Amino acid sequence: MKINRYSVSMALCASLVGCNSHPNELRSTGGSELGAKMAAPVGEPIQAVLTQAPDVPPAITRKSPAKVVVEIEVKEVTMPISEGVNYTFWTFGGKVPGEFIRVRQGDTVEFHLQNHPDNKMPHNIDLHAVTGPGGGATSTFTAPGHQTQFTFKALNQGLYVYHCATAPVGMHIANGMYGLILVEPPEGLKPVDREYYVMQGDFYTVGKYREKGLQPFDMQKAIEENATYVLFNGSEGSMVGEKALPAKVGETIRLFVGNGGPNLVSSFHVIGEIFDKVYPEGGSHYQENVQTTLIPSGGAAIVEFRLEVPGTYIIVDHSIFRTFNKGALGMLKATGDEVTAIYSGKEVDDVYLGDKAASGSGKAVAKATAEMKSGTLTLESQIAAGEALFKGTCSTCHMETGLGVPSVFPPLAKSDFLMNDKARSIGVVLNGLSGAVTVNGTKFNSVMPPMSQLNDDEIANILTYVRNSWGNKGTAVTAAEVTAVRASSKRPPGAAE
Amino acid sequence: MIWLILSLMLTQERALTENPMILAGPGILRPFYPPSESEKEIKVEAFELQQHAVTNAEFLKFVMEKPKWRRDKVSPLFVDSTYLSLWESPTRLGKQISPKQPVVFVSWFAAKAYCESIGARLPTHFEWELAAAASEAQADSRSDMTWRQKILDWYGKPAPERLPNVMGNKPNFWGLYDLHGLIWEWVQDFNSILLSSDSREAGKLDQAKFCGAGAIGASETDDYPSFMRLGFLSSLEAAYTTKTLGFRCAKDRMKGK
Repeated sequence: MKINRYSVSMALCASLVGCNSHPNELRSTGGSELGAKMAAPVGEPIQAVLTQAPDVPPAITRKSPAKVVVEIEVKEVTMPISEGVNYTFWTFGGKVPGEFIRVRQGDTVEFHLQNHPDNKMPHNIDLHAVTGPGGGATSTFTAPGHQTQFTFKALNQGLYVYHCATAPVGMHIANGMYGLILVEPPEGLKPVDREYYVMQGDFYTVGKYREKGLQPFDMQKAIEENATYVLFNGSEGSMVGEKALPAKVGETIRLFVGNGGPNLVSSFHVIGEIFDKVYPEGGSHYQENVQTTLIPSGGAAIVEFRLEVPGTYIIVDHSIFRTFNKGALGMLKATGDEVTAIYSGKEVDDVYLGDKAASGSGKAVAKATAEMKSGTLTLESQIAAGEALFKGTCSTCHMETGLGVPSVFPPLAKSDFLMNDKARSIGVVLNGLSGAVTVNGTKFNSVMPPMSQLNDDEIANILTYVRNSWGNKGTAVTAAEVTAVRASSKRPPGAAE
Repeated sequence: MIWLILSLMLTQERALTENPMILAGPGILRPFYPPSESEKEIKVEAFELQQHAVTNAEFLKFVMEKPKWRRDKVSPLFVDSTYLSLWESPTRLGKQISPKQPVVFVSWFAAKAYCESIGARLPTHFEWELAAAASEAQADSRSDMTWRQKILDWYGKPAPERLPNVMGNKPNFWGLYDLHGLIWEWVQDFNSILLSSDSREAGKLDQAKFCGAGAIGASETDDYPSFMRLGFLSSLEAAYTTKTLGFRCAKDRMKGK
């Protein structure tokens, strides 16, 4: 009896395979929806193309399901987590996040997990794209120097997180063991100009944020969910300066964004962009015109936007202290022509005193102006006026502490670049600065807009303040000096004369 | 026959002079996964454990005396393909290897055979955990967060290019060396730790292997070092060998000691 039933199911199997090779039958899904997804792989097995962030494997052009072989090697490696700070990451493929996997719905995925012999820990993989116990974790539990294999059918389309699920899971994830697997719909995703892979994670080190040296994992901080670092793509500055994601005006960008956690959810936001489309949680339906999208730990989202104007777009976790104090900052640089009808650049920047006119800062500016007119201007008045103006304009980027934002905006405090050349510093304020500069031995590559809308005496006061604050000691800058530089230098097009 | 017994005793004697048995326990252990509701605390009887992990020199002697454990003669049922692979040849350590390093790339079968050859056995998981709960000063240091973090730091790092020699660190409370910070060690019951005594609960074997399931049934949920040892041990098969896995032998407590 048993044997009979078995042969019946075998026969059914065979007829199913037959159906799928028959073009006329393909159009109707026939039987159940699952039946359609269960179509047998066509052709020779394919070795999956895997990429490291921010790169994404090419779109799948196949029109039929295939057998796809994925091989991922787990390596425990010590790498920089921030400048001068090292951390021992546990990785899928040597980097954090793990390699990006791209398959098509209905594909049969033969998954190989290799645990490098030098590793100390056993590892496994739980792919959220897998239907089955442990998402593959039970079948891939692998001792160091061994490898395991299992096969799954990619039943559901979507963008999924994968991660290590070996005890203690939290620690394996906290050490960087996560990545993304995209299961494309059978018809593929709509083509875009560029695709990038961005994955957030939180890290817990014994030392404080940016404390130099090799920093071990801090279990207690992890349990308390008190992250030392919140990072995109596994290290601070992974997408900053020269490593900013390149793009051009007029292009449509698709970001595959994951959040490995282990603890924190992400308020994912790109400063200066509105997401035209967001596929929240990596699912099948999209929302339009989104500013910030929430990405759960162990979840993902696909965001798409067209770049309309050039500039640097800052990628952040809008739980914003993480951006300025824990490292969650990336950049996308769009090059191309200005479109002032969409974004004008700065048109007006006047002093607005409001009800501060009579208060401390307003008074300082008024006093300096009066002294200037009467020819009795003192260094102290200039510094006081400069401070008020600096706080209004310059501190946004250079910070009130003059320390700037590491890797992004250069410091003014004890800055050799600033103090070595007075005329140059006047020129920078007047005409702006873009491109690479070295400040105190560190390279910066960003853009400062021209501040030529400020009066000569305002610039003189600001620079006098800057040259005499935070440990800097220098001579006063006079309005006459600024006038001279203004007369002898050219402002970029569009800047106030 | 008499000659055989004599030589066997000599071998045992010699092995144990070089790497003597040290008395540890008795003690109470709160296991990470209690075997049952009523066994949240396990009483571990006093036992003896070798002072340090078995070294390359010690294991080479064993292999010379029991050629069936040479890597070129051993049955593949008992070891995988990397068995003793750091050695220059089946009977020579070579220049890259120190005789005083702990022997690694040994299977559970090989470790068990070694211990039997010196009239001993592998320690049980609970015995090993009790011995390893001791810091230099205290028999049970597991609630000491600084000590715990130090152990965790070692687990967090990949294996060094070259393993240090045994006894490079200070002995613990019992007088045992390197239970932490050198290698992982085999235990007798490595593959049954996560098994329930009731074989009908077949699902339990997988509990600690993935995600949330691992938290079910755990009692000391913040004792990450024990948790990691459990994770490591349960990834093994008895024939597996790896770069950071060795062993040391144990005995029941000798009467009169």
